[in-house]
Amino acid sequence: MTNNTSLTNGASQAATADTALVPKTGSHFDRKGLVQMALLGLLLLVPVAAYFLGHIYYVNLASRITIIAMAAVGLNLAIGYGGMVSFGHAAYFGLGGYVAGISAYHAFDLTPFMTWPFSLPGSDSLLVVWLVAALLCALLALAIGAISLRTTGVYFIMITLAFAQMIYYFANSWPTYGGEDGLPIYIRNTLPLVDSSNALTYFLICFVGLVLAMAITSRLMKSRFGAALTMARLNDVRLATAGISPYPIRLVAFVISAAITGLAGALYADLNGFVSPNMLSWHFSGELMVIVILGGVGRLYGPLAGAVLFVMMETFLGGVTQYWQLFLGLVLLGVVLFAKHGVMGWLAGRERNE
Amino acid sequence: MSDIVLSLQKLHKRFGALQATQDVSLDLQQGEIHALIGPNGAGKSTLIGQIAGNIRPDEGRVFLADTEITSMSIAQRARLGLGRSFQVSSLAEPLSVMRNVMMGVQALQSHSFRFWKPVARDRHLLEPAYAALERMQLSHRAWTPVFELSHGERRQVEVACALALKPRALLLDEPMAGLGPEGSAKLTELLEALKLEVPILLIEHDMEAVFRLADRISVLVSGSVIAHGDSQAIRQDPRVREAYLGDSDA
Ligand SMILES: Nc1ncnc2c1ncn2[C@@H]1O[C@H](COP(=O)(O)OP(=O)(O)OP(=O)(O)O)[C@@H](O)[C@H]1O
Ligand SMILES: [Mg+2]
Repeated sequence: MTNNTSLTNGASQAATADTALVPKTGSHFDRKGLVQMALLGLLLLVPVAAYFLGHIYYVNLASRITIIAMAAVGLNLAIGYGGMVSFGHAAYFGLGGYVAGISAYHAFDLTPFMTWPFSLPGSDSLLVVWLVAALLCALLALAIGAISLRTTGVYFIMITLAFAQMIYYFANSWPTYGGEDGLPIYIRNTLPLVDSSNALTYFLICFVGLVLAMAITSRLMKSRFGAALTMARLNDVRLATAGISPYPIRLVAFVISAAITGLAGALYADLNGFVSPNMLSWHFSGELMVIVILGGVGRLYGPLAGAVLFVMMETFLGGVTQYWQLFLGLVLLGVVLFAKHGVMGWLAGRERNE
Repeated sequence: MSDIVLSLQKLHKRFGALQATQDVSLDLQQGEIHALIGPNGAGKSTLIGQIAGNIRPDEGRVFLADTEITSMSIAQRARLGLGRSFQVSSLAEPLSVMRNVMMGVQALQSHSFRFWKPVARDRHLLEPAYAALERMQLSHRAWTPVFELSHGERRQVEVACALALKPRALLLDEPMAGLGPEGSAKLTELLEALKLEVPILLIEHDMEAVFRLADRISVLVSGSVIAHGDSQAIRQDPRVREAYLGDSDA
């Protein structure tokens, strides 16, 4: 390598080529690593313990936290890493949910989903549901993103909200699949080899989903694509001046983000045995945003921390008082005012940039 | 094939009532530094913006070698080899110098839809970026976040970013500003060496540097080129003395 020799010569006064080229990195077992391991470990251990103690309710609660966290991981890719403040991610969560619901509905009734131009049956296979949910959400996000990403700032927020609301009203007024009453899933969709109707098994499926979504995000953000997306967020003129168009980079990130949130939606519908337009409503888009902000915008473990906090408050405070959202508001205020980098920033310290 | 690397043909640009660019034609040839001077608000940065693609001209055409680039995006122009620096530096401040410079290298090598391999240990990205920094004598700052740099250093990082594109033409908007006498002397030397590889369209207020560096000078006043020639001719041009050098008299 000719490059290599010239590089070594140039850097030789101070250091060898390798130390000059690669910044110093911290150990994996610093405070941040410990906090992250503790979070993930607790999320895994608590429901396992609850299951063997016979508290199925807590297993399902953990599944709920896990799924919401996964949906927020998707949104975090758009907001936190891509700087695209989508106020319409409920559209993908709900679409994923409806894929699971509609597929199960036709599989249960043994009726085809459509007969023209070709016959398409329902399916009770989770793998099929997930694949279709991810693909449809990606397609929907491609269309919505292609238009919305022409705008920025408040306009982007509003236009993503508008698209999601259109889909919400559509689902509300389409009687075939329950309209505003929603659609029950009588038998949970199935996987080969494992029993998805078992609460712990289903939790573990969700847990794997969350960990994969986080691993993909992490890997993605370290790649060339991630470098470009980071630059698009921080300074898109610089990115363009360096020869990379920001728009397609953002669009692809938006699509991946939607697919992750959509997969979480499919998991959610099967967890609850029910899908309704509520999954599509702007309330849910807002909740996801709150979770991302609570946890720490653009932090890998932020969505998980945020979802734990949010769902716990909702469940335990919501059980005590119907005004639990007042406390949520106070916590959010505290985070925004005093812990700018969210719960993860507060627990694990600031993120290091290279 | 001519020696003309970049040419502007009859560019016009208006901002409301203000004629920021008025029938400007000029070119940049292989091996030269062409300086663009003029008083504040003359429209120099606006002209650079039209060449680089940040601003659309109302009329006129821009060519990079034989390719018309008038309606291309900023990114397309950059990939064709148009490197630039901004008057007010425009970098990703939380990121390291290296991360900023690597972007151009990445753009040149292939598309950026590569999702798997981490950039942090990618020699194909790191080495050319490091070389561009060494060129600007900034390699000791490679892993410093941009927000810790002085203004002068940021300008130099921008030039390094442009160099990472292996440019065919460089547009530098007041690269000496904020450098101090020692820094500008150093940069003057660097640019003198650089012009042998890549021609430079240089906007600069430091007249000492301009007269030392420029092979040709164009004087822009109120959007129009009022004079054009070598240092000698521009120094003596009465219109230039009146409109620009005026009382400051270099
Ligand atoms: N986007 C814009 N909208 C409206 N007016 C603008 C815009 N950009 C620049 N102008 C005006 O156009 C004129 C030329 O500005 P420009 O920045 O090109 O001048 P300049 O020659 O670079 O000056 P300086 O030496 O101060 O950098 C100025 O009067 C400026 O106010
Ligand atoms: Mg200017």
